[in-house]
Amino acid sequence: MQPLLGARLSRWTPQLVLVPTLAAAFVYVVVFSVWTLWISVSQSTLLPNMAYGGFGEYAALWQSKRWIVSYQNLFLFGALYVLGSLFVGTLLAILIDQRVRFESVWRTIFLYPLAISFIVTGTVWRWIFHPQTGVERALSDMGWLSANVDWITDRDMALYVVVFTGIWHASGFAMALILAGLRSVDGDLIKAAQIDGASMPRIYRCVVLPTIWPIFVAVTVVLLQFAIKTYDLVVALTQGGPGVATTVPAIVVYDLMFERGQIAQGAAAAVMILAALAIVLVPYVVWTSWRDRKQGAAHG
Amino acid sequence: MAETARQSFDPLATGSRSRQLRARTIVYALLGFFALLYLSPLLIILMNSYRPLAEIVREGFISGPETMSWRYWGEAWGSFCLGGSCEGVSRYFYNTLVMTVPATILSTAFGVVNGYVLSKWRFRHDTWVFGLITLGVFLPAQMTLLPWAFVLGKIGLSNSLAGLVLVHTVQGISFTTLFCRNYFVAVPDDLIKAARIDGAGFWRIFRRIMLPLSPPILIVCVIWQFTGIWNEFLYGAVLTSGANQPITSAIVAFSGSGTGERHYNVEAAAVIFAALPPLFIYLIGGKYFVRGLTSGAVK
Repeated sequence: MQPLLGARLSRWTPQLVLVPTLAAAFVYVVVFSVWTLWISVSQSTLLPNMAYGGFGEYAALWQSKRWIVSYQNLFLFGALYVLGSLFVGTLLAILIDQRVRFESVWRTIFLYPLAISFIVTGTVWRWIFHPQTGVERALSDMGWLSANVDWITDRDMALYVVVFTGIWHASGFAMALILAGLRSVDGDLIKAAQIDGASMPRIYRCVVLPTIWPIFVAVTVVLLQFAIKTYDLVVALTQGGPGVATTVPAIVVYDLMFERGQIAQGAAAAVMILAALAIVLVPYVVWTSWRDRKQGAAHG
Repeated sequence: MAETARQSFDPLATGSRSRQLRARTIVYALLGFFALLYLSPLLIILMNSYRPLAEIVREGFISGPETMSWRYWGEAWGSFCLGGSCEGVSRYFYNTLVMTVPATILSTAFGVVNGYVLSKWRFRHDTWVFGLITLGVFLPAQMTLLPWAFVLGKIGLSNSLAGLVLVHTVQGISFTTLFCRNYFVAVPDDLIKAARIDGAGFWRIFRRIMLPLSPPILIVCVIWQFTGIWNEFLYGAVLTSGANQPITSAIVAFSGSGTGERHYNVEAAAVIFAALPPLFIYLIGGKYFVRGLTSGAVK
């Protein structure tokens, strides 16, 4: 009997091995999401109260000024952060692609911010941008007394400081992926363009960059995801201020859930973050699987 | 490889001599400018961790050190008062270490085995299983904060490092499974088939064939998980408090403690302690770090 049972068990080993992970993933992805969704339509306030309460919290959320500002900030920040990182990343990748000396040194320098936490990044740049200790102080000490770099305390400029810091953190990532893409472009294509007399900038603009556009899409999707989840960077850099000038949705979620004791509305805000992510990711996943299938069909 | 295909193409070696020189100058000048911009925060923070407070207050952050001292590193590590206790950041550094190392090892171990099953022991609907696991990569933390707080409370792990290890392991398995599965897909199926015909079982094939092929992806997983968990802030801030918080929360508490004089030099040293381990990992494993990025993002 024993060996038979053993043999039968061993036939199922692969699936059995997956069970703990599958159970954890099911709880984490499905149960937790449904749970938070339910809280968002429940009567919960400071403590969970699972009685159904309708969609009032969503309505209240979309009527609160703070939330609307945070969503607007997310759009502006997300757009500038992604475009800026792509631009700087592309520029750096092209520069490094010119067969420069010490390539790995340059790459290491441009990519190291990604290894550092948003908390550390935000803390350091806050000091640098702070009018009394940072750039403004240094400029006025050098003699430029009217230097005005108090952006971080300026309602209209603070969000751009967050954008700048975000780009500093993420452009190395864009560079690494784009550089890998540049290296994969067929050399004959470039030689042909060169023989045709095209200049270097033109070769990049019209031949090289257009052929690696899927990489730009991938980088954009990943960065948009970062942008939607942005929390730590803003906490460390501006704490959402001055006023609500740099408040982002994730900060509103934290405040509602853990500072103001409105967990139903906090959960509703969390669901809106999930919705934003879905708007970015679902089309991307559909598109990549469609492309893979098309390629698979072309090969087979 | 792609590298050799580009060998023949050197854009800076085209055109006349003076044009070449001009192009080269522009390239290096731009690279130098950006390198300075990228390195300046690191240099500024390092500099200020050596300078006396009076000098920082007098001259601001962006200024060379006149007098230097290692004292502030010692204070930041062991004796600075933070949140009622005077142990510096060493306590929070250990907290983060105690949280990061087990969570990294556990999530990597699970990920390797999961990736092996999902790529080499295909079964009905396995793509759904894989899809469910990888959804965990994209799920925003905000959706899981309340359930985690509730669950950790129920199983007696609230405000504990063990609780954070659990959270990061569960979340991390999504990443490591994704990495490993995509890596193992490239291992030829015939290799596995041959071994099975020879009578090798599930674990034997894993030990004899997959594990020896795994070091590159293992390193990617370890680097990715270690830096990610070390740098994480939100879970630590929500699920722990006081003496159990990780170092990222301690850094925020530092700047939040607005009472009295700001000890910028000690703070700078504390920030360096928070940044050093992932930076170190990045510098020794940079190549694998990039590989993790590309496989995580493009695939």
